[in-house]
Order: sequence, then structure tokens, then C-alpha cells
Amino acid sequence: MPGAEPGPARQQELLHLVRQDCGSCHGMRLTGGLGLPLTPEALRDKPVEGLEATVYYGRPGTAMPPWKSILSEAEVHWIVQKLMTGFPNE
Amino acid sequence: MKTLTAVLVLSLFFLSGCAPAPALRSDDGRAAPPRGTGDLGVVIERASGRVAIVDTTARSVLGRVDGLGDLSHASVVFSRDSRYAYVFGRDGGLTKVDLLLMRIDKRVMQAGNSIGGAISQDGRLVVAQNYQPGGIKVFDSATLELLSEVPTGSKVVGLADLPGQRFGYALFDAGEIWITDLADPRQPRTQKFAAGRQPYDGLATPDGRHYLAGLFGEDGISLLDTWRLDQGTRRILDNYGRGEEKLPVFKMPHLRGWAVAGNRAYLPAIGRHEVLVVDTTTWREVGRVAVKGQPVFVMARPDGRQIWVNFAFPDNGWVQVIDTLGGQVEKTLEPGKAILHMEFTPRGEEVWLSARDDNAVSVYDTASFTRKATLPAESPSGIFFTSRAHRIGF
Repeated sequence: MPGAEPGPARQQELLHLVRQDCGSCHGMRLTGGLGLPLTPEALRDKPVEGLEATVYYGRPGTAMPPWKSILSEAEVHWIVQKLMTGFPNE
Repeated sequence: MKTLTAVLVLSLFFLSGCAPAPALRSDDGRAAPPRGTGDLGVVIERASGRVAIVDTTARSVLGRVDGLGDLSHASVVFSRDSRYAYVFGRDGGLTKVDLLLMRIDKRVMQAGNSIGGAISQDGRLVVAQNYQPGGIKVFDSATLELLSEVPTGSKVVGLADLPGQRFGYALFDAGEIWITDLADPRQPRTQKFAAGRQPYDGLATPDGRHYLAGLFGEDGISLLDTWRLDQGTRRILDNYGRGEEKLPVFKMPHLRGWAVAGNRAYLPAIGRHEVLVVDTTTWREVGRVAVKGQPVFVMARPDGRQIWVNFAFPDNGWVQVIDTLGGQVEKTLEPGKAILHMEFTPRGEEVWLSARDDNAVSVYDTASFTRKATLPAESPSGIFFTSRAHRIGF
């Protein structure tokens, strides 16, 4: 996905958003809940493009909503990268 | 030497992370007078794995208890004597917290991934509802000894106690409502009913007669009359979205018996900025109230005159109050950043609101809507008062 990496302030907002709001379903420690775990081990074998599409467009038929009204493609790319390598704490 | 002792005591205090028990000891070490627990409660400090024990009369934090694990989605039920809080953590931890001694009484790891629990009619059984492995587990409320379990092969949501040592719950993946009878807690007897696609939560009405499962995968609510299980489930609020595309749901709503005010139930619409109103004698829709966002908690004040509503991200800075007489929003508040939860004092003259991103809990007067107090709390989420101990379905 194209676009520049989010700036430092926005990165902090994204860390907060993922831990707290994605955390509603995936757990604040991202170990899963109603949604699947988002730990590096859980995501290891999944293609990056698919993960980005899931965040951006959601997954119809599941509880995963599309985040495109909240996040840009570049932000989704940044989040997925961080998830795959171990998501930083706030 | 005195200074050294003081330093030592202070370091121990900070290392332990728990406040001493001011309710039981005065500064000079003498026993404090006994006190009741009817005006106590707990606030989940979710990022810190800790609960704050609060006093709703003094509007104060009495102390904190930590070491409770992952409290991402923690919920709490209270012992019948209202002395103990059972805290269910996301990581499967079940912790029995002594509100008077302000310490952990017992703690077990009972599952890999958990969502909440309930306590039986007689207060002797605590039941946990789990996502992984999917099912419910039954514990002795005194000892936390595991008595039995009911595997479901599906994530369990909406566990609620029912009269007759029974529990109702719904299966997210399997689309069913199960009623488990624990008259013999080591030999659970379960009946299963079709509910609909993806139940996301459930509730028991305040009299414990009806169990409702809200559906995520389709527009509607599944209703079971637990006095007439032979009749099975029926659908209410069917197709309330009228075929319109629903908005993205960034947070699932939560259902409990607080939905009911008088002979009406006020229920969150999924993917719509609406509260749906149902007559609980006919179970027909009798109205809708337009609100500011997608409702998460739709909670009746104990007297039923007001309904307080908070909202999913990104509208979670707002709270609205519906006047049940007029059937419309009478007040819109901005109590803070990321309002996650609300809890009424036992008779509803005040409501406590957790503002996660302000690291604060605010106390509002429900008649004048004025703020009476603000208490510091680290990333607060759920607020639970001991008055729940004596309500069916809580």
C-alpha cells in the first residue's frame, strides 16, 4: 500500500488505538478475544496484503469492521508491520 | 533507626502496590470499627491489572488490589454477602477479592481466554464463561474449587444467572442459546435452543424469566421464556435494520438486565445510531430513539425514569440520557475522553462514569447532571457496585 509512514505523533495515536480500541475484541495484549490473536506467532504465516485488506476493508460475515473511515492505507501498512514484528507498548 | 523503619515500611507499601486497609486499621494500629459493604464497589484499572475499591457514599477510593492479570475485558460479580468481588480477566484468571481486607483471597487460572462470569441464585456457585477453550466452568464460590464444566466448542457470550440454579448463555459461533441447570453442580444438565447468527451478548430480565440474546449476524434478538422452555426461542425486533447497510461496528454493545425499565426494554441497535424500545408484555417494538452514535451500554437508572447511553469508538466521548416519559434524549453530556462504562449508585441518585483516556472516574448527579466528584484511576474501564449482588442476572 502506498503513502508516507505516519509521523511520530500519529504513531502514538495509532499505538493507543490498536491497544485500546482494537483491544476491545483482540485484547489489550492482542492475545485474542472475540477476534483472533494478533501476536507475531499468530500472524506469521499470513500474507501481509491479506492482513492489510482485512484491516482496511473488514471481513464481511465476521465481526471485523472496515477501518478505512478511520485509517489511511499507509497507517494500516504501518500497523500490520508493527503487529508482525511484535506490537510496541504505548 | 526510626527513619530507616519508615523508609522500609514505605518501600514495602510501594513494592506491594496495595494500600493498607484503612477500613480495618486506624493509624495507630488499633482495629477500626466494623463497616458494611453495601456502598462499596470496584473500578477496573485495565492496563494495570488492578482494581480500585471505592466507596460510593464518600465518593472516594479506599485502596487498590493488584496482581489480577490481563483485565482487557474484565467483569465482576459479587458474593451474596457483598464482601467478595469475583473478577474475571481476559487471560482466564478468576480472582476473589476481599473488599474489606483489600487483598486477594483466592485466585485461579481457569481458561486461556475468558470474557466474564456469573454467580448462582444461592451464591454458592461462580460460573465463568470462556472463549478459549469455549465453554463454561463451575466453581465453588467459597474455595474456587472446580466442580464441573460444560464444553461448547464455541465462544460463550452473555452468561446470566437464572432462578433455580440455572444459567443462560449464548454461543457466538454456533448461534445457540444454552440453559444449564446446576441443581447438582457436579452434574450439569443442559438444554439447547436455536438463536440465530452470531449472538454477541445476552441478558436475563430483572425477574429472571426471559433470556434475550442480541444477534450480530442478523437484525434481531432471540427471546427465550425460561418458564416455558418447551416453546423454544422466538425472534423479536426482526429485521430492525430494514435491509439498510449497517455502519461499521467498532465495539460490540453489552447487554444486561439494566435494559429493562418498567414494562419496556431499551436495546442497542447494531450498526445504527438508535436505541430500540420493546414492550416486555408483548415483545413488540414500540419505538426508537435516535442517538449520537452506536450504543454500547444502554442502562436504565434503577427507578426506570432515565436511560443512560454511551457509544462505540469514535463517538465514545459522548453520553446521552433518554427521558423514558417523553421517549427522547433529554440531555447530552461530554463527561471525558473514551467513556467506557457507567454504573448507578444502588438507588440511582448518582452515576459513575469511567473516562479511560482521561485516567479518571467522574460522578454525576442524575437529576441535575452536575459533576459531583472526579477520582483518579489508571485507564479505568468497568465499574461495579456491590448492589449487583442482589439483582438477578448480574
